[in-house]
Amino acid sequence: MDALLDVRNLRVTFKTPKETVQAVRGVSFTMGREKLGIVGESGSGKSVTCRALLGLIRPPGRIAADHLRFDGLDLLKIDSRQMRHIRGRRIAMVMQDPKYSLNPVMTVGAQIAEAYRIHARASRSIARRKTLEMLEAVRIRHPEQVYDAYPHQVSGGMGQRIMIAMMLIPDPDLLIADEPTSALDVTVQLQLLAIMDDLVQERGMGLVFISHDLNLVASFCDRIIIMYAGRIMEICNAADLQQARHPYTRGLLDCLPRMDTPPGKLPVLRRDPSWEEGAP
Amino acid sequence: MIRVRDLNVTFGRGRGAMHAVQGVSFDVGAGEIFGIVGESGSGKSTVLNALCGLNRRWSGTVTIDGETQSPQRSRAFHKKVQMVFQDPYGSLHPRHTVDRILSEPVAIHSLGKTEARVLQALEEVGLGPAFRFRYPHQLSGGQRQRVAVARALILEPRILLLDEPTSALDVSVQAEVLNLLTGLQGRRNLTYILVSHNLAVVAHMCRRIAVMNRGIIVEELSVETLREQSPEHPYTRQLLSASRGYDRAAAANIEEFETNTMEKKGHTPEVDA
Repeated sequence: MDALLDVRNLRVTFKTPKETVQAVRGVSFTMGREKLGIVGESGSGKSVTCRALLGLIRPPGRIAADHLRFDGLDLLKIDSRQMRHIRGRRIAMVMQDPKYSLNPVMTVGAQIAEAYRIHARASRSIARRKTLEMLEAVRIRHPEQVYDAYPHQVSGGMGQRIMIAMMLIPDPDLLIADEPTSALDVTVQLQLLAIMDDLVQERGMGLVFISHDLNLVASFCDRIIIMYAGRIMEICNAADLQQARHPYTRGLLDCLPRMDTPPGKLPVLRRDPSWEEGAP
Repeated sequence: MIRVRDLNVTFGRGRGAMHAVQGVSFDVGAGEIFGIVGESGSGKSTVLNALCGLNRRWSGTVTIDGETQSPQRSRAFHKKVQMVFQDPYGSLHPRHTVDRILSEPVAIHSLGKTEARVLQALEEVGLGPAFRFRYPHQLSGGQRQRVAVARALILEPRILLLDEPTSALDVSVQAEVLNLLTGLQGRRNLTYILVSHNLAVVAHMCRRIAVMNRGIIVEELSVETLREQSPEHPYTRQLLSASRGYDRAAAANIEEFETNTMEKKGHTPEVDA
């Protein structure tokens, strides 16, 4: 497997007047063109890890790492101009809520076309054609109508399709999806995942899928990283999640209410202070 | 305990009217936990809002504890029926301490013995007196939801209406809050209506479950039927298969379930597949 992404000892700290918060504490992993899931509770550092990859950590946040290699290029050593060429064109990111990620005063089509023209320097008419193709690729049935719609006129599921269309139109190598379906209904979520699944496979992209939903990630991704308190607890194949050994992973799995077990008291996660200390 | 017949709620009027709840009927016995599941926009929260008196514009018959309810509710009603909302970040006053949040309902209902009641309520939700003078921002999400439950319990209600009480919480915290709710229900013999989009949560908590889609109860089923994965209605079956996790084939087979009584689908180009 050629490493598309090679992260070694990533640390992200936020210095505040009161204390220094270590959001990510020595995270290392590599990934190829596969679907990699990152799971953890709120505050586990999963989103910050991915924002660090895109250089989206603002002061007072600081990133440090042995290296942060993307396709052979160390993202920590390049300047902000080079970073702008990578961000969006080669690594794209879909965030949780399309309501806050889309520009409310610009039509959907114009926003997607803008994303294309910034990276491809194409004429307006080509950009429009590309945009309509892309809207069709995310299975929007009347792309012409949606092109001229404003974000408030579309549903949450469609908003997220639009975000995916916008992120994929420059044809990136790596897509980072940060809880892209958490705000959506289960059926809409399933359809959206199918769209991402197909596009990622067709285009041979890598996908980092951040979620708090262990079972969803296990059924969708190839490999899973389980994070707690800024550290990786365990990396396992998605198919083997039910056999996971780390007590934290086990605890997360056990405390979920399940359809196939009789009701009763749910096991509660007992947090072990050593999880925060010892590196796996 | 709760008897709802032909409940209808319409928002707006004329051509833009949205018939959010259409002829919903169900019964909940005393000491029972009744579940309502559905996707967003199915009308499940609207049913709760009409029941608890937050929304006064509804039609139909609502009987609670033998009393037929009018849109305007009495103080005694609110002592009997309390609600816990989804978002503990939004439902607690950010500038009030836990003590003030919990004392206010006691003062409104002139129950007296405020301090003892506040301490007892905190004890009951597993927080203890140390949390009494904290502000909501000093609490975690799970602790806030415990405060919200304590605020509902302090009036010693007989019915709790729970609107997605754990969907804003991490799964580990969700387990704690669900255990708390189960324990309280057993100790005080409370009646719950639990609204959720999460089938596993509802199956864990409830014995009978109503499935709503577009303002209509499409099916009422027992938890056994749900566990055996053998519901009658295709919508429920689709919901079940979708909540099992990602499956490329299942995603391809998702259908829209329309109801012929829909008055208006909205003016937007809704073209979701």
